[in-house]
Amino acid sequence: MSTWTKITPLEDIPKLGSRVVRSSKGDIAVFRTADDKVFALHDKCPHKGGPLSQGIVYGDKVACPLHSWKIHLADGNAEEPDEGHTACFAVKVEDGTVYLEL
Amino acid sequence: MQKMKLVVVGNGMAGMRVVEELLKIAPDLYDITVFGDEPYPNYNRIMLSPVLAGEQTIDDIILNSREWYAENNIILHTGKYINKIDRKNRVVYSADGTSAEYDRLLLATGSKPFMLPVPGADLQGVIGFRDIKDVDIMIDTAGKHPKAVVIGAGLLGLEAANGLKIQGMDVTVVHRNDWLLERQLDRTAGKMLQKSLEEKELKFILRQETQEIVGENGRVTALRLKDGTELEADLVVMAIGIRPNFALAESAGIHCDRGIVVNDTMQTYDPRVYAVGECVAHRGISYGLVAPLFEMAKVCATHLANFGIGLYKGSVTSTKLKVTGIDLFSAGDFASGEGAADDGREEIVLHDAVGGVYKKLVIKDDKIIGSVLYGDTTDGAWYFQMLRDGKLIHEIRDNLMFGQDSLGNTGHQGQDKAAAMTNEMEVCGCNGVCKGTIVKAIKEQGLFTIDDVKKQTKAGSSCGSCTGLVEQILASTLGGGYAAPSSSKAVCGCTDKNHEEVRQLIRDHKYLNIPDAMSGMAWRTPNGCATCRPALNYYLLSTWPHEAVDDPQSRFINERVHANIQKDGTYSVIPRMYGGVTTPDQLRKIADVADKYAVPMVKVTGGQRIDLLGVKKEDLIDMWADLDMPSGYAYGKSIRTVKTCVGSEFCRFGTQNSTQLGIDIEKAFDHMWAPHKVKFAVSACPRNCAESGIKDVGIIGVDSGWEMYVGGNGGIKTEVAHFLCKVKNAEEVLEYSGAFIQIYREEARYLDRTVHWIERVGMEYVKQRVLEDAEGRKAAYERLIYALQGSVDPWAERVQKRNEHKQFEIIAV
Repeated sequence: MSTWTKITPLEDIPKLGSRVVRSSKGDIAVFRTADDKVFALHDKCPHKGGPLSQGIVYGDKVACPLHSWKIHLADGNAEEPDEGHTACFAVKVEDGTVYLEL
Repeated sequence: MQKMKLVVVGNGMAGMRVVEELLKIAPDLYDITVFGDEPYPNYNRIMLSPVLAGEQTIDDIILNSREWYAENNIILHTGKYINKIDRKNRVVYSADGTSAEYDRLLLATGSKPFMLPVPGADLQGVIGFRDIKDVDIMIDTAGKHPKAVVIGAGLLGLEAANGLKIQGMDVTVVHRNDWLLERQLDRTAGKMLQKSLEEKELKFILRQETQEIVGENGRVTALRLKDGTELEADLVVMAIGIRPNFALAESAGIHCDRGIVVNDTMQTYDPRVYAVGECVAHRGISYGLVAPLFEMAKVCATHLANFGIGLYKGSVTSTKLKVTGIDLFSAGDFASGEGAADDGREEIVLHDAVGGVYKKLVIKDDKIIGSVLYGDTTDGAWYFQMLRDGKLIHEIRDNLMFGQDSLGNTGHQGQDKAAAMTNEMEVCGCNGVCKGTIVKAIKEQGLFTIDDVKKQTKAGSSCGSCTGLVEQILASTLGGGYAAPSSSKAVCGCTDKNHEEVRQLIRDHKYLNIPDAMSGMAWRTPNGCATCRPALNYYLLSTWPHEAVDDPQSRFINERVHANIQKDGTYSVIPRMYGGVTTPDQLRKIADVADKYAVPMVKVTGGQRIDLLGVKKEDLIDMWADLDMPSGYAYGKSIRTVKTCVGSEFCRFGTQNSTQLGIDIEKAFDHMWAPHKVKFAVSACPRNCAESGIKDVGIIGVDSGWEMYVGGNGGIKTEVAHFLCKVKNAEEVLEYSGAFIQIYREEARYLDRTVHWIERVGMEYVKQRVLEDAEGRKAAYERLIYALQGSVDPWAERVQKRNEHKQFEIIAV
């Protein structure tokens, strides 16, 4: 059964940045966009496994730090023409705290 | 909200390019309806010649399938000819009565082949060479009849003649001028071309005009020339030029003057009506090549999207003949001899009649203004780039004619021989892309620009050293269809402004943070992208030191965490060892740290220091605390190392104390950010053991002082540094090198190494700023010292203020 797990205050994730959550399901990158939307992806680029959490966030995308693949935060899909997918996790913000469904 | 209605008249390459660009930037603004009078979806008109020559099929050259229109909710009417625009009620009507209302109208009606007004021009079997229908007729006629005459030996005419010959016809080309392709070639090259084509059994009749086309039962049988000669002909192809097709616009009362007149935003005199492509007259010029059309399309799309940015200012074009086996390239203004304006132009010519090679460069005011290449077009793209950039050539003039290879680029770029490459040969060493893959992608996916090719094939998308080669492959695959990037490239897709414009605006408006800069400069995206943000951040910091706000999230990860990310997501830690000099104490500390954190690899770097590889991010701060050494900045667009040789303290040849000077420089410029990495070296004698010749700033000690060299590079593009000057003492070395670096910091484009920057501005400029202008030099040096004042070691700062750097901590659940 999956449960909502408390992660961190939203303010501890920089805008246009991320934090890494180490879980039983592997490392999960939790991103915060400029307009305070929060997304969570498996911290592994579909290309060569680069840590997406370390990339540059812009709009609703992140550029992988290794070879600059662009990954959509909302669905984990690589931006065309690249093809690939990274698992997404449900994430929510309540009273300024970020929760992850694990 | 109700969407606006956009109607596009003309389903060709220009109109559809606008639609594609528009969908990229404003996908939900319009309901789009497209009318085309041909029965096909948008196809690649410039590839009709290969279709006629049997090298490709119609299916190969379709650019947008009917499914594409459906997927993008575009209503497509094919085979419908719009013959009326009601501007008052904003409706267009087609000949069959179909109508469509518009809020904005885009006219992309293209051009028509010019048909000679001679008797018999309306006979069956007399055609132009413009669309699929013409190609069908040619192929069909070739199957049934033996003789063809092509009127006009321009690009299209020759391509038609070549195709008809391959289809099995006996082809004669009639041309009014003295030589072939008189608009693209000078006489010498034109004659060489004629000889090669005659070897392919094409026949030419020059200096002759058509009197009449003769027929029987309504079908062409012969062509009579003005001197009375009669040529048997079952097919006559008129290829004497195109005329912008503006009848529709004119009938609607839109101002036309040999084309639909548009301003720099591609707007006609009716503000609701835009026009692009071959049908327009922009600043009095109509273009018949695809590259300018695409530039127009991009500008037009930004205005249709209501961004109100981007201006089209005209194009310089280059051409290439798409006849397999013949290499020909021309660009710019290359007229010479009779007819050429006597305005101080100079020519450099290389002519090997036996070898079939002819090259001519036309030079004026130290810049290339035109070029004709025949037989060896390898350097066409290079010359064209310099022509567009207005590059000063006097420094390379001696070698110019022998091509880019002769300039001593011994690095990866040396192999610029696109034409000579086989399909299996690797073009992009970083991503393992071979020539065949690129050619296939260009043809099958309809690519036109370097950016398209980079995106689709990855070639040239990593280190970029093969970009020139990719450009050549693109040019030779597309011929005249190649859309060369304009010389002042936009920073990225988020803006139309180029690097220089962005820097100027940051200075003029004193932007101090990224959000202000983006809104002030009308960025298209809310927070930029991974390309423009790091550039903006650097420009702000370098323009307004101590005032601009550094945005860590706009820096690449290495500069955010002050360590270098590795393929497995671990980091490397390289502490500074000033001048490459270390102590037993430092080495002991490094050894202890390597043990404590079980560092998987300890390596000596090329920059004379020690690299600890495979460090976990969460260990970085602890490790820095234990090391208690400053950051070596081995990860940044910043000062890296100052490499030194042993020098006069121990070396029996050394004339100067190179280690001490290296230490002094590295300390003076510590923590310095730059457009790209900056490497120094100091050698104590001309034996040059510190390899000063391939550094951004290389210093070589001689008995009477120090020689300084700049702009060297040992990386992607091996480049020997240029001699700058000789100075007397260490203080002068600091001042001169500091001034040089500061001007580079203030004026280069982000990600330009000093070699690239100098290539653009020229060594003369650098010498003028650093040597001749003594006050300017001192001021620049002082600006650098001011920018670096009070800078702190980033590792120590993070050790002290751990709590402000939460990103190094992992959240465990």
